[in-house]
Amino acid sequence: MDALIHQILAGLATGGIYASLALALVMIYQATHLVNFAQGEMAMFATYIAWTLVDAGMPYWAAFFLTVPAAFVLGVAIERIVIRPVENAPVLAVVVVFIALLVILNSVTGWIYTYTIKTFPSPFPKEPLFGNRYMSSHEIGAIGVTLVVLALLYVFFRFTPLGLAMRAAAQNPDSARLVGIRVGWMLALGWGLAAAIGAVAGMMVAPIVYLDPNMMGGVLLYAFAAALVGGIDNPGGAVFGGFLVGVLENVLGAFVIGNELKLAVALVLIVVVLVVKPSGFFGRVHVTRV
Amino acid sequence: MSRRQIVVLAVLLAVACALPFLASNYRTFQLTLVIIYSIALLGLNMLTGYNGQISLGHGAFYAIGAYCTAILMDRFGVPYWATLPAAGAVCLLVGFLFGLPALRLEGLYLALATFALGVSLPQLLKYKHLEGWTGGVQGIVINKPEAPFGLPLNSDQWLYFFTLAVALVMFALAWNLLRGRIGRAMVAIRDQHIAAEAMGVHTAMVKSLTFGVSAMYTGVAGALGAIAVQFVAPDSFNIFLSIVFLVGIVIGGLASISGALYGALFIQFVPNVADEISKAAPWAIFGIFLIGFVYLMPMGIAGAVRLAAARLARKARNV
Amino acid sequence: MALLEVKDLRASYGETRVLHGIDFGLEPGSITALLGANGAGKTTTLRALCRMVRTEGSIRFDGTPIGRRATEDIVRLGIAHVPDGRGTFVNLTTEENLRLGAYVRKDRAEVEGDLERVYGYFPRLRERRAQQAGTLSGGEQQMLAVSRALMLRPRLMLLDEPSFGLAPLVVRELFEILRAVNQAERVSMLVVEQNAAMALDLADTAYLIETGRIVLSGTAREIRGDDAVRRSYLGY
Repeated sequence: MDALIHQILAGLATGGIYASLALALVMIYQATHLVNFAQGEMAMFATYIAWTLVDAGMPYWAAFFLTVPAAFVLGVAIERIVIRPVENAPVLAVVVVFIALLVILNSVTGWIYTYTIKTFPSPFPKEPLFGNRYMSSHEIGAIGVTLVVLALLYVFFRFTPLGLAMRAAAQNPDSARLVGIRVGWMLALGWGLAAAIGAVAGMMVAPIVYLDPNMMGGVLLYAFAAALVGGIDNPGGAVFGGFLVGVLENVLGAFVIGNELKLAVALVLIVVVLVVKPSGFFGRVHVTRV
Repeated sequence: MSRRQIVVLAVLLAVACALPFLASNYRTFQLTLVIIYSIALLGLNMLTGYNGQISLGHGAFYAIGAYCTAILMDRFGVPYWATLPAAGAVCLLVGFLFGLPALRLEGLYLALATFALGVSLPQLLKYKHLEGWTGGVQGIVINKPEAPFGLPLNSDQWLYFFTLAVALVMFALAWNLLRGRIGRAMVAIRDQHIAAEAMGVHTAMVKSLTFGVSAMYTGVAGALGAIAVQFVAPDSFNIFLSIVFLVGIVIGGLASISGALYGALFIQFVPNVADEISKAAPWAIFGIFLIGFVYLMPMGIAGAVRLAAARLARKARNV
Repeated sequence: MALLEVKDLRASYGETRVLHGIDFGLEPGSITALLGANGAGKTTTLRALCRMVRTEGSIRFDGTPIGRRATEDIVRLGIAHVPDGRGTFVNLTTEENLRLGAYVRKDRAEVEGDLERVYGYFPRLRERRAQQAGTLSGGEQQMLAVSRALMLRPRLMLLDEPSFGLAPLVVRELFEILRAVNQAERVSMLVVEQNAAMALDLADTAYLIETGRIVLSGTAREIRGDDAVRRSYLGY
């Protein structure tokens, strides 16, 4: 029983990370109907930036709060420079560009930092909080950070004019232009936010899986599964999906199929959701008129 | 085929046959790999280029073909050449079965599902309950075939000709298939899915069959690859293998048979050159070329060659 | 000076030319109707004014040429477009839709006042302020679309088939409010309508467009009296 509780709680911690990345994916999907295959690598790259700062002697939180805006700028730049030319191109072209982005980010990171695994610090104490035996402080901290990020995003989108404008631009770009919203820049902002969220996710996951250029591959897969389970166009669903996938991964991995096949859980989830209920739990069902 | 095309092909074939006697063993080995990759790329191109179904996980079929061969040769002592039809048959079936749920998935979602397959493949191959068959993390080592009937060829040269022969057969079959009714149906489905359906094309059957045939081609390539490299192990079949195939067909040219060859040359030789700069460089170059080709040369090398040939032909006529 | 001056406006969808060089003008404070059958080019004219299609020719708003500007910038000059199909943000609430109408304005306090005024014109919207806009009826969505345009405090409103799909009673109510807004707030309007009779009741001047060319222009009374118009468009 103890073990089960531990797995569930650990699952919630990683689930929060998956939820963040899934949220980033959904944000970009809502605005563009595109799945950002490079989301994981963008997060990984940002985490390396943070590592560089910490390695140079900067205190953790200073590096953290410098990396997040840096990631934001990176996201905006990628959207304006790489994605904009293929906005209306056929699906294959877009997918190829995303894959190219993935590959370039991965290899540039490997080039600059080599492929040796590095440790990434956690800002949370090593001893478990209150001496509890279920969760490490980092796991609790990661959940906390995730919840703060989600809360900030919620407030931003629901209560600020800019958030409202971004929602409008994503839902109905033509009407958005008619009220004066610069849709192109809203898109870029969306990418920036997604990149920033990804950076936070990367910095939370790196202490657990250790920093190396390929660290986000599995995480991205779980995030895809989470976004699909929750409904690819539903941010709340993405969050729900993230936590669900995290718990499922840990519980199934520990008790049912063994830790080596955990990625297969994501694969099966993805295929099953896509084939059985593509709109996930909370997404909108799309009907194509013939 | 036009007379000019036949002449070009004959010349190419003559050159191809001469090469192993002019080049070193290592070069011959590399050229064998080029031929193998071109079969794999032809498979993927059928699915993605001609039929419009995006697969980011074709490395899985390459792996299945490779493991089929390795297991049959190592555990059951099957001769290398007999493993090819077996690998092909298995992949045809698996591909077809894959194609069935894939019917429900459009463009981006299919890409997503196949991407998931590609990422999780090494883990699946390392699964400890299958270790008895797959050799787990260590993989399986197999022997290199010798030239039969006492032919005066060393094993690298023999393998080259063997692969070349298989490739010729497979390319001929593909060329025939793609030119005919099924090929046209495939393209119709890619371009105007609903209209094709309305015109009586059995889209479901064609799409699943295409998946199967495409998997078969890549699987046979995988089998040949295992024989050539003499080794299969899970970590060789990660997501980057699938991405390499994607690079190959984009750069070589989508919906083009000659594109498979151009692409294979690219993915075999570019890393060799780029490796000099840094271990990470080949992928950075792949990525930049991918983006460059999408923006500037979406028809790939094959397309550019076709354009150039057309321009030359026009000039010749005007003279 | 005319508020809007259009000379030799040509517009195309891709390679297909739809407007073949039309000229018209609009006086400040007036309501102008643009009449014509389906496919004549009325909607295209409005979209051309907002630069949502490829255009050539001269468009001057209050003397400033706007023929090269982006849609988002034209909005900032005070032109509000109520598109055909209403362009409602269906997943946002009624009030969010309205606030978006005022997106480009900087005077926050005035915006609150305008919100109240708009609810005054259309009390039904106030009842539904927190509801998802997609759940509103057709008539209510049209009121919402017009209100959203009003939230800009526009100098010129472009309305594309505001009567479409609405019961005659609702249309009359809507047009009365348009007339009231026009007179109380000096908002000029260009109304595109298939329903010629109601449009001519509302408007001061009218233009008739056929296959991308203006074939008739004059005051509403003149147009209403024209025999050809009566027979083709007014049905008697």
